[in-house]
Amino acid sequence: MVALAGADLELREGEFLTLLGPSGSGKTTLLMMVAGLIQPDSGEVWIDGRLATYAPPFKRDVGMVFQNYALFPHLSVGENIAFPLRMRRLPEATIQQEVRRILEVVRLPDVGGRWPRALSGGQQQRIALARCMVYKPSIILMDEPLGALDKKLRDQMQLEIKQLHAELRITVLYVTHDQEEAMIMSDRIGLMNDGHLEQIGTPDELYFHPRTRFAAEFLGESNVLACEVVGVEASSVVVTAAGVRLRAPQDERLRDVRRVALMVRPERMAIQEAQADGPGAEPPNRLEGRLRQVIRVSGITKYYVALDDGQMIVASTLTGDAKTVATPGARVGLTWPPGAGILLPEAATTGR
Amino acid sequence: MSRAGVAGEGGAGAPRGPSGWWKGWPLLPALAFLLVLFVYPVGQLLWLSVVDRGGALTGQHYARLFASSLYVDVLLITLKISAWATAFALLGGYPVAYLLATSDARWRSRLTFWVLLPFWTSFLVRAFAWMVLLGRNGALNKLLVATGLTAAPVAVIFNLTGVLIGMTHALMPLGILTMVAVMEHIDVNLPKAAATLGARGGQTFWRIYFPLSLPGAAAAGLLVFISAVGFFIIPALLGGRRETMITQVIIEQVQDLMNWAFAGAISLLLLGAALVVFYLYDRALGMSTLASGTPALDRRGGGRENPVARLSAWVGRRLIATLGWLCDRAAAVTERLVPARPDRPARPWARGVLVTACVLILAFLALPAFFMVPVSFTTEGFIDWPPKGFSLKWYRAYLESPQWMAATIRSVGVGVVSATLAMLIGVPAAFALARREFAGKTGALALILSPLVIPRMIIAVALFYLYARVGLVGSSLGLVLGHAVLAIPFVVVTVMAVLKNYDERLDQAASSLGANRARTLYHVTLPLIRGGLVAAFLFAFVTSFDELTIALFVTGGLTTTLPKQMWDDALLKVSPTLAAVSTVLIVFVAVTISLAERLRRGAVRA
Repeated sequence: MVALAGADLELREGEFLTLLGPSGSGKTTLLMMVAGLIQPDSGEVWIDGRLATYAPPFKRDVGMVFQNYALFPHLSVGENIAFPLRMRRLPEATIQQEVRRILEVVRLPDVGGRWPRALSGGQQQRIALARCMVYKPSIILMDEPLGALDKKLRDQMQLEIKQLHAELRITVLYVTHDQEEAMIMSDRIGLMNDGHLEQIGTPDELYFHPRTRFAAEFLGESNVLACEVVGVEASSVVVTAAGVRLRAPQDERLRDVRRVALMVRPERMAIQEAQADGPGAEPPNRLEGRLRQVIRVSGITKYYVALDDGQMIVASTLTGDAKTVATPGARVGLTWPPGAGILLPEAATTGR
Repeated sequence: MSRAGVAGEGGAGAPRGPSGWWKGWPLLPALAFLLVLFVYPVGQLLWLSVVDRGGALTGQHYARLFASSLYVDVLLITLKISAWATAFALLGGYPVAYLLATSDARWRSRLTFWVLLPFWTSFLVRAFAWMVLLGRNGALNKLLVATGLTAAPVAVIFNLTGVLIGMTHALMPLGILTMVAVMEHIDVNLPKAAATLGARGGQTFWRIYFPLSLPGAAAAGLLVFISAVGFFIIPALLGGRRETMITQVIIEQVQDLMNWAFAGAISLLLLGAALVVFYLYDRALGMSTLASGTPALDRRGGGRENPVARLSAWVGRRLIATLGWLCDRAAAVTERLVPARPDRPARPWARGVLVTACVLILAFLALPAFFMVPVSFTTEGFIDWPPKGFSLKWYRAYLESPQWMAATIRSVGVGVVSATLAMLIGVPAAFALARREFAGKTGALALILSPLVIPRMIIAVALFYLYARVGLVGSSLGLVLGHAVLAIPFVVVTVMAVLKNYDERLDQAASSLGANRARTLYHVTLPLIRGGLVAAFLFAFVTSFDELTIALFVTGGLTTTLPKQMWDDALLKVSPTLAAVSTVLIVFVAVTISLAERLRRGAVRA
């Protein structure tokens, strides 16, 4: 069984890099290899300029935060934090001083004498982090560290970890399957799929310039239309989808490809009654269909429109007031500026 | 005994916290049964030891107990032998338990078989096997002399060495299974976390794994020690006069002298010793660790006020730190001599050493019984090693002897009936304990489990006294009832464990789909836990089938059982017929436990 096929990844010092992907995509396997808890069949791991592919975990100078925190239940909070320092044989006075300092940093100065299980989930999380940070490892690995917390606490801890990262300039390799968490926290996101790195870049790059259908569909919502290239005009490509001519920006990778996918984010699509004709200097792309459903998600209203060939397209607008553009069952038009479309390779997954 | 509490929490609709005791009504048959056939007779026996013939209170039996140093000496010998056997069983069992707990599921079930096989093999068979192995002309001595290691046969039987080998061998499986139950619950991420935090293997083991596994080792030590104190088969067959243990004295008092009152007094001495051990254990670690399988960590912070406990805790911490440091230094030196290569996978040599040690220990546990197999085919009229020739005449002797056949049939019959009885009484009790909350639940569970921890000899003597007055001695009914007392705890524990893994939402789904309680039970619950029920039945059956202590007193003459027949035979002479019977039993037990394990696993998976 191959858990990880090809994943070249380089972390910069002080960077917060997140491995994002569905379960079984190999992100935890990759993390475990960096930690030295799984040995790779091939490939190399370098940490801080040293080859560490098969080095044992205790020689790597990495820190790891486990999903269930892995605090030692038979040691007090203070002894948990002192553990890595004792392993490094620091003098007792230094150990006590460092433990106190790091407890201040995570804003839990008074819990040193308590048992881990006497702390709340969020507090245990912070202690797990403190136990890693106290010995200043060259990299801190986090395996879905917020997975066990409820939504509200998770939101709070996301900001807290991000803040600690900014204050202490630690290098973090973070694993999550939650795209929102990845977008909020990361400097860069490595999107993983089926054992390989699908795309790596800043959250903006991944959101605005996905390079594959998988990337487009995993991060944020997207509408993907199967298209055929029929011509090139200046900087844009003319394609047809369901018999309608549409325009989209040229993509160098797809210069000689005939069958492509056109991706448009729901918020870039405007919806109007079928009769209304969009004016404007550059005629926008336009598709028609029947409105099936209108859903409000707090500040956003989503319109689900069935095209004539049955494909469902979603367009979203900010919720202004209780009025909607059209009622379900009405025939509507969907328009978007040609620049908002992104051409992608046709297959659902590529990169191999 | 928080096991029940945990199991009860699964029911979302069940009321929280204890409510009326009547909610535990399915327990009533079990409680009534144990009151009549366990609490009452044991109480009666102990009462008997403090009254004289006229019925007045007297201390005469106890005065006699302490009049000479004889009985106190026997008690001290018993405690000494038990302590040594417990220490060896734990030392040998710990690595095996560690390997079992840290192996993947497939290997664990393979290795578990080799622990369960000796666990369920009759003590008698195992004692015979050691007689074949350790005797003056046994396999070990033949090997030693043949290889020239010793000039003459060494004496390793009918002395302390023989008893300790036999008892360590007999008790280690129990120790392993108890320790595994605790080790399985140690979070696998903790050693990994220690490694990423900079701890080498030795430090990780001594500072993290070992302290977390200590409650398991302590619980194992307690159970093994209590069992050891009640042993009589192995000291009788493998020991000499100086290894006479206290239960042997009780047997003598009852069988030869019919002195009930004095037997009761010795029983109380034995029970007292057991209770003292329980008390010490509770002071040191807390009784709750025995049932919950997790360390009583909260006690460590505030509960240990007395200076002795504080001192021992401090010594323990220093010891662990020192052992960790020593391992660390040793590893560091090794690394300097053989530098680790970051570009090449490291050899897991520590694991290799562990596996090798465990294979040797498992061989020690499982192999001796197989020495009976070749001996059973000998043509000679006595047990010798290596056996000469090949013949089936000892199997014929077994099959053609009306005495042996009657004993076998009776054993099977009594086993089936008493296991059925234990199921009828124990299964409803297990359901109530696992799924309901009611007042007095902890006490009820303690009562149901107590036949497991009270030395069996006391129960046997007490039942004999009761049966003697109501005319049940020599009857199969008496045997069935007595064996059911011993089997009920096994049934309750096994079924509760299965119910703990049972998703109660399936029952809720069934009732929401229109099934009433009876139909839910019949169509959903019972089919899903069928495997566990069959396993419980088989364990109950083996408990009865292998039982000697009660059978020792309440059977005799024509109403003998197979273990009793083997015991009587062995006291006269260990003949090849016994080897043949033992071989049959080994095969029977091997088939039964693989069947039970498979069914139990299937039940858990469902």
